[in-house]
Amino acid sequence: MRTPGILAAAALALAMGATSLVFAEPADEELVIDGEIEMQTRVEAAEDHPFDEVISGWHYRTEETRALEADSFANPGMLYVEEGEEIWNTVEGSQGKSCASCHDDAAESMAGVGASYPKWNEEAGKPFNIELQINACREQNMGAEPYKFDAPQQKALTTFIKHQSLGEPVDIDLEAGEMQSWWDRGEDLYYTRTGQLDLACATCHEGYNGQYIRADHLSQGNANGFPTYRLKQANMVSLHNRFRGCIRDTRAEFPDAFSDELMALEVYVTWRGEGLSVETPAVRQ
Amino acid sequence: MASRPRVRVPKTASAGDVIDIKTLISHQMESGQRKDADGNTIPRQIINSFTCEFNGQVVFACDIQPAVSANPYMEFKAKVNESGTFKFTWVDDDGSVYETEEQIEVS
Repeated sequence: MRTPGILAAAALALAMGATSLVFAEPADEELVIDGEIEMQTRVEAAEDHPFDEVISGWHYRTEETRALEADSFANPGMLYVEEGEEIWNTVEGSQGKSCASCHDDAAESMAGVGASYPKWNEEAGKPFNIELQINACREQNMGAEPYKFDAPQQKALTTFIKHQSLGEPVDIDLEAGEMQSWWDRGEDLYYTRTGQLDLACATCHEGYNGQYIRADHLSQGNANGFPTYRLKQANMVSLHNRFRGCIRDTRAEFPDAFSDELMALEVYVTWRGEGLSVETPAVRQ
Repeated sequence: MASRPRVRVPKTASAGDVIDIKTLISHQMESGQRKDADGNTIPRQIINSFTCEFNGQVVFACDIQPAVSANPYMEFKAKVNESGTFKFTWVDDDGSVYETEEQIEVS
């Protein structure tokens, strides 16, 4: 007569074991880089935000990965920051200029820039991210070729420029130009299911963050750490590369980098992470 | 392909201290197992050895194999009894040698 009781207990233990396997809370810890720069990785969300609390992807990573980001020496992304600094000071193009010729010391001129992009660009009539701004500068001011999407120099220079805002809270201006309509379009895309797997961004990052998708621990999908050093690629990964990878994984056709669709998505996703510190270069799995 | 090495050594220490040394070098550590878009094997090119010397005496050395990931990071300890210079050397498969030095003041 006692057997059913034991069986029930065993079944309960199994069920609990299974639950703890598929669900892992974001780590309750604080990110302080080099024991100096205190990062905002959990912030109360604005009233109209779908979440109560905005949480950086850092909290969803393993202890070892979190430690890599907390030490600027161990963070492999810092190699690309150094590479970006070299590019910043290198003269290129027909005008004989480097970035530094006009912008001088990036620590001053680029402070806060990474936290406020994407930003409305009146001339182009669309939002610009750092990559598009770099390319516009290269073409218009330096007389140099624009970088192709994800060229190593583009990733390094973008990383270097965003890194100048390390610790600054993400805060983009939706009042400027037509930013609001791009935000609206981005929101639409975020909630639109695509691909053979019929997934929207929100399906995973809103509905299931904190849980696993195969072996991967889903975060809220915030953009504050991009370009991110991803251990899987052992390289920097740009935001548009990540967007495309995610959309590809839904088995949908994926838009071009810097296309209107992905720029709208960048505006919207960046807004979702407002208040979090810029972490570039973040370290992720 | 490579590589600017980065090292972190404390500037000062007391005699007899055991100090932490961290090193990182950017290198893509091409394993020799991959193929390019045309199906040709991409030749192996890795950093195959690393040495750390203090005032000419080896304090840490190792061989590195193709399974080590890109941008190899190494952290180890050393006991210091006197002021001097740490010299770090990485050797690339193509024969390049990357070197850097750090001074430490021991009181």
